[in-house]
Amino acid sequence: MMDSPLPEMPCQALVELITDYLEDRLSPGDRRRFEAHLADCELCRMYVDQFRQIVRTLGRLPAESLSGEAQAALVAAFGGLSRR
Amino acid sequence: MLRLALSRIDNRAIAEEVVQESWLTVLRSLDKFERRSSLRSWVLGIVVNVARSRARAERRTLTFRHPGDDAAVDPSRFLPADHPRWPHHWAVDPIPWPTPEQQLLAGETHQVILDAIGALPDTQREVLVLRDVEGLSTDDICKVLGVTDTHQRVLLHRARSRVRHAIERYFATGKKR
Repeated sequence: MMDSPLPEMPCQALVELITDYLEDRLSPGDRRRFEAHLADCELCRMYVDQFRQIVRTLGRLPAESLSGEAQAALVAAFGGLSRR
Repeated sequence: MLRLALSRIDNRAIAEEVVQESWLTVLRSLDKFERRSSLRSWVLGIVVNVARSRARAERRTLTFRHPGDDAAVDPSRFLPADHPRWPHHWAVDPIPWPTPEQQLLAGETHQVILDAIGALPDTQREVLVLRDVEGLSTDDICKVLGVTDTHQRVLLHRARSRVRHAIERYFATGKKR
């Protein structure tokens, strides 16, 4: 059975899949196409790098710097969970 | 070959690309043709495979919206599907950021990030805060918010994309909101 050449994943598709990629939730085929596109596209490499910077920076945010609404979300969330 | 491609893909430009791709595959693979079928059947079989893959990919790449939802990134940032050379590639390029990552919480960008979080739709904000700020597990977030794993990931991705965009807009325009 012949393999068809895999169509390229364009930039507009890639940017919708970044979180899936980081969570390792892409199919093997999609992951290959994602990485193949990144290898060839400097703009998407920059975009993904910036995306990752944002995720890491959010992790460094002290919770008390959040607005009242965001803090309320946290309180509600911890109310719904058993202690870890 | 074109008629066959058009039977599966109702866009003539794409069908023509499918035919080109098929020819390249035929030329590359001619030494693998084992004469179990006629050459014509074999070539048309290739067209069918290429057309199928392409149709799948086009459905995925041309339908960025889930039903009733917006894409995480504004479609106007990208070239249209019928662009002759770079369909769906960047039209408005991302720009390099002048501030190193470690400084993003040091100056004005700290407030830009906080404001961006505050401006998120409620469920996107909840997922982003619980996940990226607080580090809750996906399982716990799904339980707390009553959403599926897939939906949680969609919300998270949209939220992160918006925060990234807020920082990009700040660097591009100096606007904090």
